[in-house]
Amino acid sequence: MRNLSVHEITAALKDMCMEANYVLSEDIRQSLEGAKAAEPSPIGASILGDLIENANIAQENAVPMCQDTGMAVIFLEIGQEIHFVDGDLKTAVNEGVRQGYTEGFLRKSVVEDPLNRKNTGDNTPAIIHMDIVPGDQLKMTLAPKGFGSENMSKSKMLKPSDGIQGVEDFIVETVSLAGPNPCPPIVVGVGVGGTLEKAALIAKHALTRDIRESSEKPHLADLEERALERINKLGIGPQGLGGQTTALGVNIESFPTHIAGLPVVVNINCHAARHIECIL
Amino acid sequence: MANTIRVQTPLTQEVIDTLQAGDKVLLCGDIYTGRDAAHGRLIEALNRGEDLPIDVDGQVIYYVGPAPAKPGAVIGSAGPTTSYRMDDLTLPLLERGLRGMIGKGARAPKVIEGMKTHGAVYFGAIGGAGALITSTIKESQVIAYDDLGPEAIRRLRVEDMPVYVVIDAKGNNMYDTERAKYARED
Repeated sequence: MRNLSVHEITAALKDMCMEANYVLSEDIRQSLEGAKAAEPSPIGASILGDLIENANIAQENAVPMCQDTGMAVIFLEIGQEIHFVDGDLKTAVNEGVRQGYTEGFLRKSVVEDPLNRKNTGDNTPAIIHMDIVPGDQLKMTLAPKGFGSENMSKSKMLKPSDGIQGVEDFIVETVSLAGPNPCPPIVVGVGVGGTLEKAALIAKHALTRDIRESSEKPHLADLEERALERINKLGIGPQGLGGQTTALGVNIESFPTHIAGLPVVVNINCHAARHIECIL
Repeated sequence: MANTIRVQTPLTQEVIDTLQAGDKVLLCGDIYTGRDAAHGRLIEALNRGEDLPIDVDGQVIYYVGPAPAKPGAVIGSAGPTTSYRMDDLTLPLLERGLRGMIGKGARAPKVIEGMKTHGAVYFGAIGGAGALITSTIKESQVIAYDDLGPEAIRRLRVEDMPVYVVIDAKGNNMYDTERAKYARED
């Protein structure tokens, strides 16, 4: 048994909220630079250059890259040997988000009721996904999620006979319909299998993977590559103003499913694809 | 790339007539912010027969909910939000003389028809470039609906704010023409 003070969690999350919003991750920066050099559309190449400059300004001035600093989505992988002390875990997580968004001058984008729509004023509550794993460490992954891209996400319960081609077609169709709305170039997270909600959860989790890495499952790695190639033939381009850089990456996760089903969720992320990890 | 043109607000019919889809524009002058909640209130006010808190005639509305300003800054990051959410709330403003909208993403056919009828332009700002765009905002003042926080209506004074004419007053639409230009056979 290891005692872990929840104050450490609050402090770490506060810093993570700021860093994730101020600093473009290295995988995305590299990808944007490569795409800019290869983009045949002059407007598209110019926009990719603007996004790189935007990231430089944000990091230098410690301001958010985008005004939509998102809902704070947090994955907690909790080692089962941990004993949390000094308070309640969920309260500590939300306190970290509250401090990060308030002290970091990040936008408060959460309303307390989806229909009455009054702003909570501190960007809480966070969306917290917890998993119990072996060991005595806590891994926290924060992925602030903007809604320009979230709104363009889709789920579909495919038939088993639709197979891998059906999944590929649904990914490409979802990106095609989204067009210019989710701030392309985008990152595409896909969850295949499980149940309706499991597919959505692993689609979100897929967005936290470095886009330079492929799935460890060979058939999914192939699918990622094929889907990305087709997406970048759609012509949508940076900001939807034409070009061959519509997505920077497609990340797919899968989970066992029922004999009758093939759930698929496509979760779209904007170019910033904010995600940051910490181990306590 | 097409022309880069410096444009002063408020927009006149003469200027609207010269702007073509594909033009890069550097906007100068006053513009107003307004997104989901503010549009809802504007339309409610009109439905009650009340005056609007801003006279939209000749003006430009920027769909944005800025991040808070750090101490000493005019405003926080302030890039565009997705425009389609305002589509059902736009025609009454065009009818009252709104000449320009700045956002990102596609517009409904009824909005484009309204732009053609009333002489208005849809500008696209770069979504996700909020930190870059902020450097062109020189003043910011809340004009109405302060209680909406990031969704309040603000008057911004901008200098050389970079935008593209995505849909012009004739209905030419870069999202259609440019996508077709770069689409490749599957």
